[in-house]
Amino acid sequence: MGPMNGSGDLSSEMEVDAFRRLFPLWFHERHLLESIRPDGRSLGRARDTTLALGAVASADGSALAKIGCTTMLAAIKMEVMTPTVESPDEGCIAVEFHMPPICSAIVRPGRPAEVAPVVSKQLSDTLLRQVVMTFSGMIDLKDLSLVSGKAAWMAYLDIYCLDADGALFDTALLSAVAAFCHLKFPMVSLNDDGRVVVVSGESKGGKSGKEAVNKEQRKLNLISIPFSLTCTLHNNYILADPTAEEESIMETLVTVILDSSLRLVSFYKPGGPVLAFTSAVM
Amino acid sequence: MEVDRADGRTRNQLRPLACTRGTLNRAHGSATWSQGETKVLAAVFGPKAGTKKNENPEKACIEVIWKPKTGQIGKPEKEYEMILKTTLQSICLLTVNPNTTTSIIVQVVNDDGALLPCAINAACAALVDAGIPLKHLAVAICCCLPDGGYVILDPCKLEEQRTKAFAYLVFPNSLASVRRKGSLQVEVEPVEHGIITSVTRGVMPVEDYLRCLERGRAVSAKLSEFLRRSM
Repeated sequence: MGPMNGSGDLSSEMEVDAFRRLFPLWFHERHLLESIRPDGRSLGRARDTTLALGAVASADGSALAKIGCTTMLAAIKMEVMTPTVESPDEGCIAVEFHMPPICSAIVRPGRPAEVAPVVSKQLSDTLLRQVVMTFSGMIDLKDLSLVSGKAAWMAYLDIYCLDADGALFDTALLSAVAAFCHLKFPMVSLNDDGRVVVVSGESKGGKSGKEAVNKEQRKLNLISIPFSLTCTLHNNYILADPTAEEESIMETLVTVILDSSLRLVSFYKPGGPVLAFTSAVM
Repeated sequence: MEVDRADGRTRNQLRPLACTRGTLNRAHGSATWSQGETKVLAAVFGPKAGTKKNENPEKACIEVIWKPKTGQIGKPEKEYEMILKTTLQSICLLTVNPNTTTSIIVQVVNDDGALLPCAINAACAALVDAGIPLKHLAVAICCCLPDGGYVILDPCKLEEQRTKAFAYLVFPNSLASVRRKGSLQVEVEPVEHGIITSVTRGVMPVEDYLRCLERGRAVSAKLSEFLRRSM
């Protein structure tokens, strides 16, 4: 790397890695001047994404999503519960987002990351979004009902962050959506006591008292699938899909979520003024 | 075609605003901000020595604690804390007092819709009362989109629950015309057209979001007038 005016003769003696650690902002700005980023991507390019369905064999639906190095594992377990009195034909989804210490150096066992509950809440807002008059979420809770007023499905969605390298919400949303796509309802039948129990076998011919409530294993119907993109803004440069290093030095972070009919689900931008924003919406 | 809202306001009308500063005499700065029935009390303590563990010691650190009216602190409160923290970090001059922590405590007194904008306005007023150096003030507004496709401002709780989408927007304070008019233009758009924070809930088409933004900007001028008068 050639010498920079600001750092004087230090940079000509320093190695690239040391320069990167000590003056991260200058390091990245030098790259931005050439319209490129330290890992060789152009400003608007996202990292390679991979998705694997069915990563957890014991769960009813699961997926492993990787965007670059950021890895998230989502798993869904279904349980039968009695629905509430106010909404007797709706099920329930509980979303939990965990950031175990394996994912990054700043998370410690006793001190949870402060970004974890925020991502968790954003996820549940995006997936559920229950409104009285109109539905605009991905999943209609009425799909989760079994016997109206008596039994409904409760889906526990757990997302574990295995590696946190920027763009956490994007990866989490991708893995959650994929896990729901992969979800298959387990077979259930009505017990003699009138309770619904899960039937593990595949045989259709059961005992005379039991009757399968849902005869075939079905999949969940997704209304409109949301996609999200996180970008950072720095001095009029817009960088798509930042890594953790870029996120920590650039102040403003924008997350845009669109659904499959190109409507805006969320435009989330905490902090930091921006002048021309219309290009960011793309 | 003016739509009659439940309390008789027009679409662009805000609820009556009230701001008092110096409500708490032990805090370094405090303010109450109320928009209609929604009332938030904010207190500022600081700057105190030392920053938290992972924070940059060359800058001042801001810590936000959000106290709900009832119930325990859960995920929504943490999210509000984070949004407030990043918003206030962008308006404070962080390099003036390095290696210090400023704590802002927000207490919800009454929630009747548009809670987060009310809290941001209250926190801003409290920071001014405490004398923390700021670049500019922030004005926050809530716009919501009921089914008709038009934008209404500053909803009350019932309207917020019934609407299919809403957006909280925070804009910088419009600069007073002490300087000449021409110097307010920075590049293409004037400085007060930047967005500091935007949080949306619910699905809406992109054009509706842009309309919310325009409406929000127009109202932010009125709000900053009010803020300036009450200081």
